[in-house]
Amino acid sequence: MALSKIWVLAEAADGKVATSTLEILTKARTLADTVECVYGGGDADAIAGTLGAHGASKVLATGDLTGRLAGVPVASAIAAAVAAGTGPDAVIAATSYDGRDIMGRLSVKLDKTVITNNVDLEVDGDSLVTTEPVFGGSTLVKTKFTAGGPYLVLVRPKSFAAEESGGGAAAVDTLAVPDTGATGTAKVVNRHVEERTGPSLDEAAIVVSGGRGLGEAAKYEMIEDLAKLLGGAPGASRAIVDAGWVPYSYQVGQTGKVVKPTVYIAAGISGATQHMVGMKGSKNIIAINKDAEAPIFSIADLGIVGDVHKVLPALLDALKARG
Amino acid sequence: MNIVVCVKQIPDPAEPGALDPNTKTLKRDGKLILDESDSYGVEMALQLADAAGGGEVTLVSMAPNSETSGLRTALAMGAAKSVLVSDPALSGTDALGTAKILAAAIKRVEGADLILTATESSDGYTGTVPEQIAELLGLPSITFAKSIAIDGGTVKVQRQTEAGYDECEAPLPAVVSVTAGVVEPRYPSFKGIMAAKSKPVDEVDCAALGIDPGSVGWAGGGQEIVTVEAAPAREAGEVVEDDGTGFEKIVAFLDNLKVI
Repeated sequence: MALSKIWVLAEAADGKVATSTLEILTKARTLADTVECVYGGGDADAIAGTLGAHGASKVLATGDLTGRLAGVPVASAIAAAVAAGTGPDAVIAATSYDGRDIMGRLSVKLDKTVITNNVDLEVDGDSLVTTEPVFGGSTLVKTKFTAGGPYLVLVRPKSFAAEESGGGAAAVDTLAVPDTGATGTAKVVNRHVEERTGPSLDEAAIVVSGGRGLGEAAKYEMIEDLAKLLGGAPGASRAIVDAGWVPYSYQVGQTGKVVKPTVYIAAGISGATQHMVGMKGSKNIIAINKDAEAPIFSIADLGIVGDVHKVLPALLDALKARG
Repeated sequence: MNIVVCVKQIPDPAEPGALDPNTKTLKRDGKLILDESDSYGVEMALQLADAAGGGEVTLVSMAPNSETSGLRTALAMGAAKSVLVSDPALSGTDALGTAKILAAAIKRVEGADLILTATESSDGYTGTVPEQIAELLGLPSITFAKSIAIDGGTVKVQRQTEAGYDECEAPLPAVVSVTAGVVEPRYPSFKGIMAAKSKPVDEVDCAALGIDPGSVGWAGGGQEIVTVEAAPAREAGEVVEDDGTGFEKIVAFLDNLKVI
C-alpha cells in the first residue's frame, strides 16, 4: 500500500536546496504514488531540477516571501488547498526553524495533530506510522495516525540518506497565499548572515563539541581552534548553551541539531541523554572527560579519561606540529 | 506592559525517565520542576516589564494534577500570578491539545500585550506549541528569539536562523518564543520564595475553560502508540586514562581514519 499524495516542505537558501529536504523526498517517494514539494519562495525555477531529481513531480510555490516569516503564509496556502480538496494525504517537513513554524500553524488550521521528532516513517493501510526516539535514543516509539489525514509529520534531519531518483525537473506551479490578516503581520526587516569560515554543523565531516567541563566560556576557544584545525564545525552541549556561552544554533542534542559526522569529538561533555540523541549516530566518537563514569564513554569508540585543559592543548599542539 | 509566560512543569531531567506501561506516556508521578527552558522566558518577561516601567508577568501552565512546585519557582523569581489548568483529562494531551488549553487559559488573562514561551519543552520537545498558540489566538508570532525589545506598540526580535539571525518585528499583542541562554535567569531570593507562597494561582479545569475533555488527552490526539522498543545499542570502545599522552591516542585514531 502507498499513500496517494505526499507534500514535502522544501527549504532552500540562495538557490541551494537544504539536504534535509532531499532526505525527506527520498523517503517520501517510497511512501506515496505522487510526491510534490511546497516551497515558500519566488525562485522555484532555480530548485525545480534538484527537487525533481530527488522524486518531486511538482513544486507548488507561494511566490516571493521576502520580508515575511514563512510560517503563516505557507501554512495558509496549504490549508487553502486542503479546503479546496486539492491537498495531500500527508505533509512532511524537516525539524527546522521554518519547518516547525509552518507545521505548528498548519496543525491548528487543519485541526490535526502533528507528530514530531521522527526518524522513520512507514505506511500502514491508509495511515502512516512514525518512529520517534526517546530517552536519549535508547527507546523507539512508533505512533500511528488514527484520525484521518492530512497527516502532519516533522522529521529530524539526517534520518534518511538523500538519493537521486533519476527524475526530470519538477514542474513549477503556484500555491496561492490567501489573506493572512493579523496573524501575518510579523515582518523580517533585515537579515544578518554571520561569517562562517568552516563547514556548517549539519554538514561537517568532523564535529568538535564542548561542554560544561570546559569550566568557563573563554575556554570554548579551544573547541573552535580544534574544529578549525580539523576542517570541522564547533558544537556544544545544552549546558553551555543554557549558560549563554554560545548561541542556540551551536547546540547538538534532543532540543538542538542532529549530527552524524565521520568523527565526533566530545570534550568536557558528560553525555546527558539530551545530548546523546543528537550525536550517537556519528560514525566515530571520541570523548574526553575527567569523570571515568561519564555516560559518554559508554558510546565512545575512543575515550580519554582526563582533563580537557591538558588534553586539548596537547592535541592542538600536536596537530599544529603536523602542519 | 502585561506579559504572559507559558511554563511547563516537568519531571527532573536529571532523573531517568520512564514510560507508563499502560498509557505509554511519560511518567509524571514524581516531583515536577520548572522546565529550565522556561526560566529564560520568565526572566525575559521580568526584564521587559521592568524596562516598560511596570505591568504584570502572569504564568500560564497546565498539568494533569494540581502540581504547583514549578510555578512557585517562577513566582519566586518575580511573576505576579499564575493560571494553572489542571484536569485528569489532560493526561496524554498532544502539542495541539496543549496549545488549545494554553490559548484558552491566556484568554483569561486580561490585557496581555505579549505572550512568551520557550522554543520547546525539555521533555516533549515538539517545538510547535508557540505557533499553535499564536494561530489559535489569531496573533502574529516570532519564534526562536535571541533578543527582544519593545518599541511602543511593536515587539522587535532578533530571530535565530541557519545563517545568522533576522531582525523581525510584529505589532502587539504577539507571541514570541525565546531560545535558551539569551538572558541569565535570576535566582529567587529568600524574600521572593516567601512571597511566592501567597501569590495567586487561579486553578481551572477544562470545563471552566469551555473545552470538551474529549478533545484533549489521549482521546483528542488522533494517534495511538503502536510499539515501544529498545533501540540498537552502541558498543563502547577503548577507554584509557590520560597519563599525559592521551592526545597521542586521539592523533593516532584520527590518522587511522585518514581525516588528518
